[in-house]
Amino acid sequence: MKCEELLAMLNEYVDGTIDPAVCVEFEKHMAGCNPCQVVVDNIRQTITLYKDGQPYAMPVQFRERMHDGLRKKWKEKFPAR
Amino acid sequence: MTNQFPPETSDAKLVSRAKAGELDAFEALTNRYEQRVYGLAVRMLRQEQDAEDVTQQTFLSVLENLEGFRGEASFSTWVLRIASHAALKIIRKRKGLNTVSLEEATEPSDDLNSIPHPEFIADWRQSPEHLVEQNEVRRLLDDALTRLDEKHRLVFLLRDVEGLSVKETAAALELSEGNMKVRLLRARLQLREELTRVLGDPARQLVRSPHHNE
Repeated sequence: MKCEELLAMLNEYVDGTIDPAVCVEFEKHMAGCNPCQVVVDNIRQTITLYKDGQPYAMPVQFRERMHDGLRKKWKEKFPAR
Repeated sequence: MTNQFPPETSDAKLVSRAKAGELDAFEALTNRYEQRVYGLAVRMLRQEQDAEDVTQQTFLSVLENLEGFRGEASFSTWVLRIASHAALKIIRKRKGLNTVSLEEATEPSDDLNSIPHPEFIADWRQSPEHLVEQNEVRRLLDDALTRLDEKHRLVFLLRDVEGLSVKETAAALELSEGNMKVRLLRARLQLREELTRVLGDPARQLVRSPHHNE
């Protein structure tokens, strides 16, 4: 496997959906190619960082307004309860 | 706000109670996902007012359509699909597009052969767990995300940040799975490049040999 071929299989490897036979080749390449190993690490860290990053906080006033609106709608939908 | 449901109550249970007309169960579901929906909408739209509209529309739509939700997908996936659909509508409107599909045609840039190679390769100086706490890192993440092409950003947000499957992401964006995967790879590589230039340790920078074969 060449670096270019590894790049093309990067998604499947990182997502764990890679074909097992290709995975063996992929890991064999990485064991002998430090830059590719670091790129794979970097990609994983990038995804982790975005996934774990704090979400944008919802403005409190908007939240209250939304909940009021939803409660009103709910009572229209289930008037008996 | 009081919430009578303990945090370990499953979504499925809350959904069935809400379907039976329990407002508290519906509110508990809203409390669980509103922050995530709002965060996704801000990142998709980069505009807070529009993100509020999307969040409100999403939960109104959940309320209206809950009876029809059969649980084939998880509740979270269903909600995120509604939210991304609402956000996409705004994006299309901004572009003046009346068509449903976002440039589905295979573009040259969706070709795997034209994927840019990693340039700055280095181990990061700190682990993501440490980095995520830092305000300047959050700015860096936002800036890098903003610099992505919209079509790459949307795929990355739904697939990697929100954790939708390949199939669900492709369906939500009305893309073929092939196009979606190439866009995801481009997004991941571009973000890696930008983040590593700032977070990577220059003393440990690696250079790829031009014709590495093994």
